[in-house]
Amino acid sequence: MEDGDGVVKKFCYINRKAPYGTIYALESLEVVLIAAAFDQDISLVFVDDGVYQLTQGQDTAGIGMKNFSRTYAALGDYDVKKVYVDRESLEERGLSIDDLQTLKYEDEDDDWAEKDSLFVVARDELSTIIDAQDVILSF
Amino acid sequence: MKFGIVINEGPYTHQSSDSALQFVKAAISKGHEIFRVFFYHDGVNNGTSLGVPPQDDRNLTKEWSALATQYDLDLVVCVAAAQRRGMLDEDEMKRHGKSAHNLAAGFRISGLGQLVEAGIQADRLVTFGD
Amino acid sequence: MAILHTVNKSPFERNALGSCLRLAKKGSSVLLFEDGVIGAMQNTKYSGKVAQAMEHLSFYVLGPDIKARGLGDDRVINGINIIDYDGFVDLTTEHNAVQSWL
Repeated sequence: MEDGDGVVKKFCYINRKAPYGTIYALESLEVVLIAAAFDQDISLVFVDDGVYQLTQGQDTAGIGMKNFSRTYAALGDYDVKKVYVDRESLEERGLSIDDLQTLKYEDEDDDWAEKDSLFVVARDELSTIIDAQDVILSF
Repeated sequence: MKFGIVINEGPYTHQSSDSALQFVKAAISKGHEIFRVFFYHDGVNNGTSLGVPPQDDRNLTKEWSALATQYDLDLVVCVAAAQRRGMLDEDEMKRHGKSAHNLAAGFRISGLGQLVEAGIQADRLVTFGD
Repeated sequence: MAILHTVNKSPFERNALGSCLRLAKKGSSVLLFEDGVIGAMQNTKYSGKVAQAMEHLSFYVLGPDIKARGLGDDRVINGINIIDYDGFVDLTTEHNAVQSWL
């Protein structure tokens, strides 16, 4: 556990780009994994083409790039419980929550019960979530 | 206030490094403190000691190095992003058996924890990117 | 305190401005800089949308980036505040956090 003098800030990681076309999806995930050690209040937000980062069934064999999509499913182990996906971004891309991975975490305050960590949210709710953050990282 | 600055793009191709430089200068002139400047993604390329930009234009690496010296700035190049892109200091060169190192004066290589720490310790984190 | 949203890309190139306007909460501020200053110009196909957003968001544009692109201050949509880098710094201190729409 890293010592931040007990300061806990609301950290938000905003993802707006599709995976593989650029490195931002992968390298932003790397920040999230490292950040887990700092015990901050973490939220991930996926908007616009960022929603494609969470699709199921990514197969990168044909493009010769490493498939890092399984890392999203492991986020629960890194204490990431709040993954927000913008509803409008999904809808305008003809996607639904069924196209996305199922993300879960184990709630230590509820006998390690497995709970959903991915939430599809509408514009107003997402706007409020972002507005409440202390530190926003964009990639 | 204390500022954390994040630069996501390399020199010249994007305006990010320039905008960040102007922002940092303005912040300093207004009496604020720069807690850290963190270079991520292609931003690590701002730390190259091998750049030879045209003489009649700015030399971004030298400008950052000079600012670091003048105001004791902490310029941090992310180790993981740097390794991917071939930006190495002497230690990294030896560690990975490479034939050369290319990190410019005033920059240091460190981990992503430094970025997170900047987010925690600084009053404001400002990101310049694409 | 509200969030300062920054947009550094032209609305003709990216949808950063559109997404920003869609998700910036009422009472927040938007700073257009680098190529994003194009979003502050009158008589573009985006001007109406920006003008409408000004009803619930405060808009700022970075003067040096306007000049660099050969555009005059007189082209800026009425009501958008033209600031310099000192003003940019002030904006960040006057808001709770900065959201860069990259």
